[in-house]
Amino acid sequence: MITTIRSLAYLIASLLFIMSLRGLSSQETARGGNRSGVIGMLVAVVLTALALIAPVDFATMGKPDPSLLGMLGGALIIGGVIGAFVAARVAMTSMPELVAMLHSFVGAAAVIVGIATYLQPGDAYEAGRSAHLVEIYIGVFVGAVTFSGSIIAFGKLRGIIGSRPLLLPGRHILNLIVVMLVIALGVIFHHAEVPWPDAGANLVDAGMPALLAMTGLALLLGIHMVMAIGGGDMPVVVSLLNSYSGWAAAAAGFMLSNDLLIVTGALVGSSGAILSYIMCRAMNRSIFNVMLGGFGAEAGAKPAPGATPAGKVTETNVNEVADWLLAARHVVIVPGYGMAVAQAQHAVKDISSLLIEKGVSCRYAIHPVAGRLPGHMNVLLAEANVSYDIVKEMDEINPDFPNTEVVMVIGANDIVNPSAETDTSSPIYGMPVLQVWKAGKVVMLKRGMSAGYAGVDNPLVYNDNTAMLFGDARQSVQKLLAALRERSA
Amino acid sequence: MCSSRSANHRHADVAGLAFVGVPCRPMKVGIPKEIYPHELRVAATPDTIDKMKKLGLEVVVETGAGEAADLADAAYVEAGARIADANTVYGEADIVLKVRAPMARADGRHEADLLKPGTTLISFIWPAQNKALVDRLAARKVNVFAMDAVPRITRAQKLDALSAMANVAGYRAVVEAAHHFGRFFPGQVTAAGRVKPAQVLIIGAGVAGLAAIAASKALGAVVKAFDTRPVVREQIESLGGQFIEFKFEEAGEGAGGYAKEMSDAYLAAEQALIAKHAQTSDVIISTALIPGKPAPVLITPGAVTAMAQGSVIVDMAAEQGGNCPLTEKDKVVTKSGVTLIGLTDLPSRMPRTSSELYATTVLNLLKEMYTQDKGLVINLEDEIQRGCIVLKAGELLWPPPKPAAPPAAAPAPKPKAAAPAHGAHGAADGKKKGSGANLMAGLAAILLGAAAIFGPPEFIQHLTVFLLACVVGWHVIWNVTPALHTPLMSVTNAISGIIVIGGMLVLYGGGEGSLILGGVAVLLAAINVAGGFLVTQRMLKMFRK
Repeated sequence: MITTIRSLAYLIASLLFIMSLRGLSSQETARGGNRSGVIGMLVAVVLTALALIAPVDFATMGKPDPSLLGMLGGALIIGGVIGAFVAARVAMTSMPELVAMLHSFVGAAAVIVGIATYLQPGDAYEAGRSAHLVEIYIGVFVGAVTFSGSIIAFGKLRGIIGSRPLLLPGRHILNLIVVMLVIALGVIFHHAEVPWPDAGANLVDAGMPALLAMTGLALLLGIHMVMAIGGGDMPVVVSLLNSYSGWAAAAAGFMLSNDLLIVTGALVGSSGAILSYIMCRAMNRSIFNVMLGGFGAEAGAKPAPGATPAGKVTETNVNEVADWLLAARHVVIVPGYGMAVAQAQHAVKDISSLLIEKGVSCRYAIHPVAGRLPGHMNVLLAEANVSYDIVKEMDEINPDFPNTEVVMVIGANDIVNPSAETDTSSPIYGMPVLQVWKAGKVVMLKRGMSAGYAGVDNPLVYNDNTAMLFGDARQSVQKLLAALRERSA
Repeated sequence: MCSSRSANHRHADVAGLAFVGVPCRPMKVGIPKEIYPHELRVAATPDTIDKMKKLGLEVVVETGAGEAADLADAAYVEAGARIADANTVYGEADIVLKVRAPMARADGRHEADLLKPGTTLISFIWPAQNKALVDRLAARKVNVFAMDAVPRITRAQKLDALSAMANVAGYRAVVEAAHHFGRFFPGQVTAAGRVKPAQVLIIGAGVAGLAAIAASKALGAVVKAFDTRPVVREQIESLGGQFIEFKFEEAGEGAGGYAKEMSDAYLAAEQALIAKHAQTSDVIISTALIPGKPAPVLITPGAVTAMAQGSVIVDMAAEQGGNCPLTEKDKVVTKSGVTLIGLTDLPSRMPRTSSELYATTVLNLLKEMYTQDKGLVINLEDEIQRGCIVLKAGELLWPPPKPAAPPAAAPAPKPKAAAPAHGAHGAADGKKKGSGANLMAGLAAILLGAAAIFGPPEFIQHLTVFLLACVVGWHVIWNVTPALHTPLMSVTNAISGIIVIGGMLVLYGGGEGSLILGGVAVLLAAINVAGGFLVTQRMLKMFRK
């Protein structure tokens, strides 16, 4: 009876999770989607707990075990409080770190569940034991890689670990050796339980050393993999880890014969995989290139530092820019992560509001890899109260640049670099970019003339219709806002 | 005697020099007062004088030069110029900037004769129409650059005086039309009745035409526009005008961005189309010109008589003969009840703006040739200088050799990612699932095969559920709007906290250390669940319209 109810609950929870993800197809339905997810989770957790606390048969219902109940309740409450606290306090600019940290928890939980399952009393001769062992092994492996990889990702995003990729010589060989060792240990693990003719000897835990050794190797693999990836590729890495955490949950579902875990894990896993794919395509690099190379490992050599600039740079000032903006009919703002780092988004929002008030159409153009997470810039702009219907994706807004009088590029560089379309020797060649040079005038807000993350020279700055507004992004924007207010008073 | 040892150094006031070298004293720029009747513009403003001073030039301005453009002598002095009489200005200047071509003065002398040999003159010249003037200037052994001969290339846009003036003229044409038109331009619904908006027809969508469209729209009229070049449709529509479609065999765009001259049949067809639209138009602003030739007749007398009484026609081509034979140059006349405005000094009627714009273009041309270190260097390899130069030390260099036909635009190398990048947003599409789906399918096939051979029936069941869930996930996630990708990551984080169930099963499952291990797993997963859902909610709340 309880089992039936529990299965039903799992079905409902699965459907609710699917609806939750469906809700994210638009800003209007998204909050309802989140609620569906919460309900689904509650249904699943409560009914599983009931099914565990109360025995299978109502008739023989006795008192639930207090120590287990206490641990369950305690863990749920403490975990819930910690999660709520962190969620309430995190700054939107730190969202990538939070996401990475949460991934590591799922990985860790998956490892623990795997090892604990192995330790459970079981029968070495049981039918399906072999498959069960494989499931445990894989589950622990994926969980461990996710765990350590996410910790490193957190470190890189936080700045604790340097963002330059750690490219050890022979790193491919190293990874290969680790993988082969893992496979070898897997075989050992599996055969550790081959029943001896000696009846009664149940070597159920005999594979533990191999399992633990594999866990250690998997942790190292996770660390190495993420250390070898550069800071600018973080959006891909975080999406990948998101995916892995899903597969880890799914593997746990296989080992526990729990369909809800399998379904949910598959949903999360495919979500992460799709996001990784989108990110890679937006950088025009294959997933393998990102994971196995560092940035720029294949393409043209980086330009020598201090190379003579290839043309004249036109400088401008806030008064001129204010005049241009007010005289324009269409303005597009291209924010980069630099804007968020300088905390300029609130002042930028004030500028776009002012322009809209004056009858100038003002929109934002977001490149898929702007920021450190997919969709990060959207969240930062939403936090600054920018209305989401003026925030446009690259594919939507690229055709409009020829009809745009002024484009302001704030804290962004590679995503507006025309070399990506014209220079076959450039490391960023082929990457889809925002074609801002087709607009009437481009104003670039930059601290100085240094190259962007990719170390690539940006010919956009030498164009006749590009003017540079040098200075700290936040200060420039605030001065520009003052100039605009002055003129429209 | 000057002591400079520079190799380029020459004295700037030696007659007959083809190469004006580095002067041993600052070069002087002279700004005379325009003497053409009704000419109110001036070739420099205090702003451009300030910029010339920064370039190391000295400026002499004739008394009252900017008076008619609301630029008093005092303003020039404040910007750093000297005020002097005409003789001094012409006598001292190494560079003379003017608006109108040199002409005969009231005192009998010709402005051209006042120029010192070796001086550089930058002004509107119209060399094709003013051969006698060009000869006179050649005799003076001066350098002459014509602002009306600037090549139409992107780099020269900031020197394009004709476009700048056309822009002003287009605007002013609308103002003159509205001034002579007896009704409103915008429509209105009032208690006293409804006022119809004016129907404005703009002929020619060059700079002047587009400016006229913009000004008419700004005043609220209903605007239609006609041009022989199909490429201008987008420009017209972006300003809110309606493009009048004209279908005829010959293509409309000639070399250098100007309209080609058309055959007679073509012209007749044009006239017919315009006559048809003229019937329903209240105001016509006509801007059609062909460089070096008389303006085409596009508004026939028949078309004029068919217009309603009180209609207005502004013929901006009046100086070149006019697009309508009934127009009278420099006059406003009424014929058949239609007011015909043939004024040729439209930019001059807005002298302040015209002067500011013209002065900037002239200065930009000067900056092409003059730098503080090297002085004035005439470089005939430079496309712009070669296009504008008429005389070099008296030697005729005009017209310049014809520019090569613009090469067919090389198709931009299509980046490999361009095709897959389109159409990604929105509904799941078979193409983009291509490689990913193939990989998944391959993997699935391998797994299924292995499961069939090795696994218990339970495994295959789980595998089925898993694969189906992956397919559902694939479809659902592609529908997520990119703007919500970050909340997607946090919500999937929350959902993957479902591993809490795994922890619970472990906790209650017995086995060594299950209490602690289960507890820790539940704790970690609970953090994910609470943190994930709450942070998602926080983010989603921020998205507002």
